[in-house]
Amino acid sequence: MYQNNLSAFNSFYSLAEVEVGKHLYWEIAGLKLHGQVFIVSWLVIGALLAFAIAGTRNLKQTPEGLQNFMEYAYEFLQDIAKNQIGEEEYRPWVPYVSTVFLFIFGANWAGALIPWKLISLPEGELAAPTNDINVTVALALLTSFSYFYAGISKKGIGYFARYVQPTPILLPINILEDFTKPLSLSFRLFGNVLADELVVSVFALLVPILIPLPVMILGLFASSVQALIFSTLSAAYIGEALEDHH
Amino acid sequence: MNPIVSAASVVASGLSVGLAAIGPGIGQGTAAAQAVEGIARQPEAEGRIRGTLLLSLAFMESLTIYGLVVSLALLFANPFTS
Repeated sequence: MYQNNLSAFNSFYSLAEVEVGKHLYWEIAGLKLHGQVFIVSWLVIGALLAFAIAGTRNLKQTPEGLQNFMEYAYEFLQDIAKNQIGEEEYRPWVPYVSTVFLFIFGANWAGALIPWKLISLPEGELAAPTNDINVTVALALLTSFSYFYAGISKKGIGYFARYVQPTPILLPINILEDFTKPLSLSFRLFGNVLADELVVSVFALLVPILIPLPVMILGLFASSVQALIFSTLSAAYIGEALEDHH
Repeated sequence: MNPIVSAASVVASGLSVGLAAIGPGIGQGTAAAQAVEGIARQPEAEGRIRGTLLLSLAFMESLTIYGLVVSLALLFANPFTS
């Protein structure tokens, strides 16, 4: 009896056409790579580069059209870094923060807007690159390295004084924080993107027409907020590492 | 797959999302209520309040998402099935 119920359950989630944990493997030099992540990431990177090149060709004194939009986007991204890191030191970190924002935003929207289900792969499926935990962990570790680099390059070895900052009793908690930061960053992004896709595909399974639409729009909104949160938090961590203790 | 393990995993995956939704739900309700109060008191600050509210709602949301990650791990990448 258990077995019957279990197989019914299994056929339920295979019908929903979400393939969690199945990947298109590429074997390169003994390494197994998740091919579907690379394909979509390259598309996203290509699209971002195309926008950047098209927007900066033929620059004008009074911006119009795409240049205007790109300047607006740049100011928005600059503000994220400026609000978190502060007027004096934000400038070197604008490229990192905005790259992270744009990549995550592009990846999430590419996963939600392009009908990837029409293209079938031998195994796995094309979706947002950020619904693979490896991608989000890599991004979160980049943030970790960045704030360590920021702190150490500014204060040298004195950066580590912050571990005993209010009192030495907090030392274990301060050390733990360095591990929970990337953990929560990566799980938050991964979980949100995967949850959006799961909700959409379960709705599409139950009612295939019109009903999933509001959920998809909510997913678009939520995934752009996730991009904003990831970059804001990265900037906040970097700002915290650069902050002077008095 | 051991039937007891799979049954326990399914129950646990449901519980982990459900229990993880309680706290953030209460927190989001409180935050939204305070934001509405703030807007009613100071309608000119609506833009900034909305921005901060959305950001903090997403933070609380992520706590539920941790529960979801646990339940997804139990359903699709269960370490106890061999």
